[in-house]
Amino acid sequence: MTEALVPSPQPSAAAIENPGALLSWESRSRRVVTVYLPLACFLFILLFPFYWMGITAFKPNNEMYDYDRYNPFWIHSPTLQNISKLLFETSYPRWIMTTMGVAIGATVLSLVSSVLAAYAIQRLRFRGSAYVGLAIYLAYLVPPSILFIPLATMVYQLGLFDSPLALVLTYPTFLIPFCTWLLIGYFKSIPYELEECALIDGATRLQILRRITLPLAVPGLISAGIFAFTLSWNEFIYALAFISSSENKTVPVAILTELVQGDVYQWGSLMAGSLLGSLPVAIFYSFFVDYYVSSLTGAVKE
Amino acid sequence: MSVTTATPGWARPRTRPGWLARLFDSKPFLIVACLFPAVGLLLVFLTYPLGLGVWLAFTDTQIGRSGVWVGLENFQDLFEDRVFWSAVFYSVFYTAAATALKFGLGLWLALLLNHHVPFKSIIRAIILLPWIVPTVLSAIAFWWIYDAQFSIISYVLVDVLGWRDTYIDFLGTPWAARWSLIVANVWRGIPFVAISLLAGLQTISPSLYEAALLDGASPWQRFRHVTAPLLMPILAVVLTFSVLFTFTDFQLVYAITRGGPVNSTHLMATLAFQRGIPGGHLGEGAAIAVSMIPFLIFATLFSYFALARRKWQQGESND
Repeated sequence: MTEALVPSPQPSAAAIENPGALLSWESRSRRVVTVYLPLACFLFILLFPFYWMGITAFKPNNEMYDYDRYNPFWIHSPTLQNISKLLFETSYPRWIMTTMGVAIGATVLSLVSSVLAAYAIQRLRFRGSAYVGLAIYLAYLVPPSILFIPLATMVYQLGLFDSPLALVLTYPTFLIPFCTWLLIGYFKSIPYELEECALIDGATRLQILRRITLPLAVPGLISAGIFAFTLSWNEFIYALAFISSSENKTVPVAILTELVQGDVYQWGSLMAGSLLGSLPVAIFYSFFVDYYVSSLTGAVKE
Repeated sequence: MSVTTATPGWARPRTRPGWLARLFDSKPFLIVACLFPAVGLLLVFLTYPLGLGVWLAFTDTQIGRSGVWVGLENFQDLFEDRVFWSAVFYSVFYTAAATALKFGLGLWLALLLNHHVPFKSIIRAIILLPWIVPTVLSAIAFWWIYDAQFSIISYVLVDVLGWRDTYIDFLGTPWAARWSLIVANVWRGIPFVAISLLAGLQTISPSLYEAALLDGASPWQRFRHVTAPLLMPILAVVLTFSVLFTFTDFQLVYAITRGGPVNSTHLMATLAFQRGIPGGHLGEGAAIAVSMIPFLIFATLFSYFALARRKWQQGESND
């Protein structure tokens, strides 16, 4: 029943649920073995690394490396030492702020460009608009792993090396194609008649975009926005290649390059760093679960 | 009708807009203005670097020194480079093994979720978590799980269950490290596959299953002849993306092994990074990155057309 709540570009598609429920005359015990048991295994395996990350972050060192005397699956004397060390002895707060700034900047830039591009492709309908749409879609198939070396030379020549601005400008290369494609799908679901009415009433194109199309596309905008934010937060290879000074690093890069020193790994603070670095995205996610699902499935369906 | 036959002298009720408003109302200008930011950014930061990367692959550029054209020399060097070929092998193997496992398990999970289970939306939200959390951060958790001395998996196998006598050296030997990375990639990839395929499964009409059931189809036949063909279009798209992003994966390998032990787990992307950025040989790194392009084109065309054609064939035979 939850499907009905999910805003989808194609509402009819998600309306049908549970073909299995209508025709299963299986016994209850059989269902437990074929459905609930595998599902429980899946959930356990998918969640265990998070549990392990969380539990390690709050363990004192003597417990962490002594499995004989302490059960590793539980914390006997939880401590905030790892987290306080991370917050007060490293520049972790600074890294979080940098990541946040880069993610917000890249998201806003991509969202504005994508809204305009999607509106032009889907609503202004010029000759060859389908090809422009296809070209933007193909851009999504170019992976960052191919682009980072030439981009690094470009960034260096533009004088943006070691500056978060380089990340704000390069992240849209993978955000714009995705957001544009998602928004084209949303614009398609808005009846064209509404815009025609506004045109007849004497509204300009910009007024139509601002007063009619955008308010109706708000769920699509939220989907695209949170997705772009998550992708920017997770990005790694550009941040690794373009940033060298410690204080400008983003969280994923900083944890891997600044916290891992020498041969003895500080697993406690590494896990605490990973946990704190995942939290903003996870909190964001918990508020917008349905939008994530709809943007994921909407983008795939298009 | 009276409106259409109005006299030419009909006065416009609104005032004539200024030149700026008229400019923003002209369609050609609007099209250019709307497309400019997106197309401009993509041309400057995607198309141009793509061309620049291909050009760099034919030069001996190093960091801090612009290079000269050396023709195919980079590729000739790579051709005789054992590390490069091992990276090519592992990239293909990693993609094939991880994709097969991801789709097998992801499809299974999607089918499980398509049953009527309680708390379905919560379960679905939980399942997507591995995909939402930054890859590097979950990779660090896997790194700790794979630790040679304090691995929790080894602890369970040796001390709790007693199935083994020694702790497993997950990241110390080449094949163990290769499989450990594949497992971590599959763990991260299952949610995406499962949730996308679940969306596809929910578009299949229940009446088709009822008809098949009345005709006496077994569960396997129902899956084979109803679910599979109808799922094929969405499967093709998800597969294309999955293959593409698995082949060019970088974060997971860089975070867990950095290509070690003895270069056995280098993917082409990590090798390109190692040679290009810390190693300083931008030309050689670009050559490795450019060598990925044929594989990507092949994989995309294969996974897309192979499955799209099957869908078309089955569509034809149904008619």
